[in-house]
Amino acid sequence: MSNQQKHWEKTRGLLFITLAIWFVFSIGIFLFGAEMNEVTGPFGYPWTYWFTCQGSLGAFVILIFWFANRQEKIDEEFGFSEREDE
Amino acid sequence: MKGNFIDNLPKVYGIYTGGFIGFIIIMAIAEQMGMTAKAIGIAFVAFTVFIYALIGWLSRTAQADAYYVAGRQVPTVFNGMATAADWMSGASFVAMAGGIYFKGYGYMALLVGWTGGYVLVASLLAPYLRKFGCYTVPDFIGTRYGGNLARFSAVVVLTVASFTYVTAQINATGTIASVALDIPFQYAVYVGLVSILLCSMLGGMRGVTWTQVAQYIVLIIAYLLPVFWISNKMGAGFFPHFMLADEVARIGELEQQFGFVKNAAADLKSVPKGLAGITKAHSAVNATPWAFISLALAMMMGTASLPHVMMRYFTTPSVKAARKSVGWSLFFIFLLYSSAPMLATLSKLSLIDPNLPTGIIGKTFAEVEAIDWYQNWNQANLMFISDFNGNGTLELNEFFMGGKAVVLATPEIAGLPYVISGLVAAGGMAAAMSTADGLILAIANAISHDVYYKIIDPKAETAKRLLVARVLLVVIGFAGATIAAMEIQGILGSVIWAFDFAMSGLFFPLVLGVWWKRANRQGAIAGMLGGLAAGAWYLVWVRTGGSGFLGITQLTFGIFGSAVSLVLMVVVSLMTAEPDKATQKMVDDVRVPSGKSILGRSH
Repeated sequence: MSNQQKHWEKTRGLLFITLAIWFVFSIGIFLFGAEMNEVTGPFGYPWTYWFTCQGSLGAFVILIFWFANRQEKIDEEFGFSEREDE
Repeated sequence: MKGNFIDNLPKVYGIYTGGFIGFIIIMAIAEQMGMTAKAIGIAFVAFTVFIYALIGWLSRTAQADAYYVAGRQVPTVFNGMATAADWMSGASFVAMAGGIYFKGYGYMALLVGWTGGYVLVASLLAPYLRKFGCYTVPDFIGTRYGGNLARFSAVVVLTVASFTYVTAQINATGTIASVALDIPFQYAVYVGLVSILLCSMLGGMRGVTWTQVAQYIVLIIAYLLPVFWISNKMGAGFFPHFMLADEVARIGELEQQFGFVKNAAADLKSVPKGLAGITKAHSAVNATPWAFISLALAMMMGTASLPHVMMRYFTTPSVKAARKSVGWSLFFIFLLYSSAPMLATLSKLSLIDPNLPTGIIGKTFAEVEAIDWYQNWNQANLMFISDFNGNGTLELNEFFMGGKAVVLATPEIAGLPYVISGLVAAGGMAAAMSTADGLILAIANAISHDVYYKIIDPKAETAKRLLVARVLLVVIGFAGATIAAMEIQGILGSVIWAFDFAMSGLFFPLVLGVWWKRANRQGAIAGMLGGLAAGAWYLVWVRTGGSGFLGITQLTFGIFGSAVSLVLMVVVSLMTAEPDKATQKMVDDVRVPSGKSILGRSH
């Protein structure tokens, strides 16, 4: 397998992990919205309510930065990161 | 100042922010010295619009890459701010807290959807489209799939989605301008339009970028300052985001105590159009999982397909910067979105809690009608009370309010000085203007670059291309304003439709263009046109009395449209020949950040 194919394989792997985490916070937890809202969560808000106003939103911000860093590492590993003069 | 403009950005916008805060303080002092509320409103809107116009003029350019992609040198964090302003429209600013106030959990799917979509933007699209080096979204479609028909189809989808969106934004600038400047809406729409064009006409993307950063600073100050102030004034908590659990619980208690009494249809007829009462629980789960998830999903996929957002990531210096920039965009959006539910909570509690001095439920009608702010907002057609049961005291089901009132009226209800209301008007104007600019530019650039230059006259010189781009900007702006002046639909409804249109036609053709080498021209054309047609058909069908299926409503029709688009694209691609070697090589090149971009720096 060529260097580029390996790079793309790893990139695709990262995509699947990223989308899996995204799925949990955007769709997964809301399948159980009614049940989870019965429990008190962070800062005393009901759990589901907290996710809709802060939790999921914050998780997305962190997820994107985490993804960007991981992808940069993958690009460096295979020597595909950009040079300054390009 | 030494050095070039880009190196001095933190300093320039630091001074700008300080200047704006200074202006707020001067206005506050002027108010104490007797300046009228109307004069303060005019000063706020006029001053900020003048600054944006000045930035627009300073950013004028005669170069194609500066006009289309701001010279590809916008730093990560600043592009994040510009994207946040581009993204957060008049609807986010004025209508979102109101929506949460009235509909609670079911509406908050929009909060999740309008943020979660950025994960898709960052991981599936933005870095790859940046590597591609295109000027517009149809530029990517046209080059990846090849041929004028594919390019033209993308322009069609882009125009339908963005135009639906932009009329709502011009409508919002008109609404705010008419209130703040006290002129009729039909004229205010054109005042708003001229302000919008001042930012974008001379500098194109460069002008829009630097005004959007300035607009973000105004809108975020205008949103956060009142929320923190109100929370502290009510004694609800120093930092509302972490401290409103008791208030949320208290609203739940009051809802139990009052109950949601259903009004008779005959009684509701007397309520002015556009006003609503509180009929849904504030923090309880009041929607089925599918209703919530389908709306969130439609908004997320729509986010990843809207061209005015995607083209912001064409302006970063590198692929790496494009990725990080998506994170910053969402961070800046998060600051406002996480505050909207807090504002809704504070607003609702201050109105309905009989233990608070501002609470009106349980008071007599004579008492409520004597309150200054009630009279003002009743006159503005945003508040209404009516004694349906004839007992003389105001019940929860007898109080009606417009969605905009949550943002516009809460500062006044909480007893904040009028300078805050002026600030909020300037913030709303900034939010609506920045989004309208991004959208009009997206449409005008697609038509001038992809239709005029790439299809009609590929030999046109730069000066002629940019002239065409500017003429189109004005024409599209006026067309949008003319439709906005007719007031066909509400602001929020048309915004949501725009997302559905965009995802119906563009989501899969864009994503598969990067992630599926086998996707070819025939498949992409079928996906774009078929998806758009299917989505539009479903919308018309449901609007004209159709029953719909699978719980897909007129707000989520994009789920149907994009599903049709995916199936058509895969089936047609597999039935026709695979893309040639050159195209496959192009896809391979897009997938790695290093090396030259596919399209030249100036093309």
